[in-house]
Amino acid sequence: MPGSPHARSVAIVAFAQSEHSFSDLGWTEADLVMPLVNEVLETTGLQRSEIGFTCSGSNDYLVGTPFSFVAALDTIGAWPPIAESHVEQDAAWALYEAWVRIQHGDVDTALVYGFGKGTVGDYAGISSLSYDPYYVAPLMPGDVGMAGLQARALADAGFAVDPDPTPPPPTDGAAAVILAAGDTARRLCPRPAWITGLDHRIEPHGLGTRDLARSESARQAARHAGVGAGPVEFAELHTRFEHEEALLRRELGLSEECVVNASGGPRKADPVMATGLIRIGEAAARIHDGGARRTVAHAAAGPCLQHNLVCVLEAGEAGTAGTAGTAGEAGED
Amino acid sequence: MTTQTSATAQTSSTAQHSTTTQTPDSRALHVLEFPGGYTRSTGPVIGRFLTGLRDGRLLGVHTEDGRVLVPPTEYDPQTAAALGGADADWVEVGPAGTVTTWTWVTDPRPDHPLDRPFAWALIKPDGADTALLHAVDAGSKAAMATGMRVHPTWRDDRVGSIKDIACFAPGEGPADVPAPAPAPDGAELEPVSMITVPSRLEYRLRPGTVWNHFIDGMAAGQIRGTRCTTCGKVYVPPRGACPADGLPATEWVDLPDTGVLTTFAVNNVPAAGAPEVPFISGYVLLDGADIAMLVLVSDVPWQEVRLGMRVKAVWVPEAERTRSVKNLKWFAPTGEPDVPFERYEEYV
Repeated sequence: MPGSPHARSVAIVAFAQSEHSFSDLGWTEADLVMPLVNEVLETTGLQRSEIGFTCSGSNDYLVGTPFSFVAALDTIGAWPPIAESHVEQDAAWALYEAWVRIQHGDVDTALVYGFGKGTVGDYAGISSLSYDPYYVAPLMPGDVGMAGLQARALADAGFAVDPDPTPPPPTDGAAAVILAAGDTARRLCPRPAWITGLDHRIEPHGLGTRDLARSESARQAARHAGVGAGPVEFAELHTRFEHEEALLRRELGLSEECVVNASGGPRKADPVMATGLIRIGEAAARIHDGGARRTVAHAAAGPCLQHNLVCVLEAGEAGTAGTAGTAGEAGED
Repeated sequence: MTTQTSATAQTSSTAQHSTTTQTPDSRALHVLEFPGGYTRSTGPVIGRFLTGLRDGRLLGVHTEDGRVLVPPTEYDPQTAAALGGADADWVEVGPAGTVTTWTWVTDPRPDHPLDRPFAWALIKPDGADTALLHAVDAGSKAAMATGMRVHPTWRDDRVGSIKDIACFAPGEGPADVPAPAPAPDGAELEPVSMITVPSRLEYRLRPGTVWNHFIDGMAAGQIRGTRCTTCGKVYVPPRGACPADGLPATEWVDLPDTGVLTTFAVNNVPAAGAPEVPFISGYVLLDGADIAMLVLVSDVPWQEVRLGMRVKAVWVPEAERTRSVKNLKWFAPTGEPDVPFERYEEYV
């Protein structure tokens, strides 16, 4: 855990995202990612050869081409071979893997990127293929159908939400982040956004076994990331649907004063597989630009907020905004 | 696909298949499908539930603490205990049940259970502690409510699938179960152990600038590559970025249609672009290129194909060419002496 005596201090030292498009401009994966990789390298002054680990997140089904993530590797100079990994998930989980990789102690920097072309495919069909293949996928409920079940459950439970959700705009886009440890982070960035809490939790895949008016996994991830250990000025939440904000505000313990999705959030641009990483990048950017001292980012995956990742970012690496030693609380789950 | 695997999944005997054709608005229709469907083994627990559906019965499984899970899972989501190992662990539920939450679908898709507006609902069958997802044929959104009672409508042609339930309908029933079609030889049906699910996704793709320029070349019988301005390497088919430098590879190069075969395979299973077997696929390093290109090799008995063979492209006649990579039919031997391995080993 970040904040534990054994963890290395790791910060986000650079973030870049594409000018997202709501129609297909014929961009390839490399077209989307390359300018961003070059931008974060330029921001930090790092050469490609100085990156210790690279991890990306994407989904081959978005463009219907097996191993499409390999094409994006062209943008990072992967020859001679580099230390590289990929998650078939939102790149927020690639960032998690990169954070773990830096904890090994032998590398000090990591490049994380994610990309998605949401404008060319049938997202209701694509999302359905990610659900239970025996009981759910054959019915093709799609992401909006699944979200509707949660919206209704929340409305029935007394949340002031619209029970009929609308999807975010299909979007093509990408994002890139550079992580660095300790002194390297201080050298590369005048105001590093230190990761003082990072955790992710998942719920059972059986939708009918869950209480959709709660998100126990989001609550636990927030507790273990130490969200409640200090005031949160800005939060970036992976809310593809309006009703999810009310639930996440409660489960993350965010106050009324906390500004959520000042960037516009996923409702304005949703480059699937980069959307979660962008939340972390936007939350870090508020610290880079001096606009905040403590921010929270959230990423989600699966139907009805099944899988939740929470990241706490601070201007001071030891939790200067109120955390004491360990950012994560040990309390009961 | 890298993304569609599980411990119990088996790909169907027909390989995954994708096709691309041009649409009028210059976007290409790209179809990704598993012809014949994607086949998965069910394991004992899911198989028993699906066998129950084929019989027109809803089955649940007991957990150690006395809850009944519907649809059943192989492991207790709370304790991870294995479930359903004994006959006594199983219980028939419903068939009527209660809607715990729902959402209205105004525009059904062709692959939805109903062809008219309907509701998705989580339905908790009587006697169960969890809910299953299905469609409710309520007629109108106004007829839907959390807490409403529904019952299953069964299909005649049940095969052991979640779609053996055509949908749920409002009310307690009657839940008539049409008799399933008897097995052709009168034998008792085996328990369900496999499912085959159709899988088809459509895409509309717009070729990028690099690909467009390559296709324009192919329309004229010209193979085009791109050169990295930093390291000088020539890539074909062209790519927008140099994989070694991570920088734009923007300089265009017209390449000859001759080269050397660096490796090959003799294929005995037909493929979309090569219906007759055996066919030979191989990598050709075009003269002046720095990466080998995947092609078909023909006009030569398969026994005579060898590494280092000099080859030349065979094009469709000029009058029949379209704006397509299919203009290049295959590569055939030139009859020149073979190229020594040392000359192309860097590209193998």
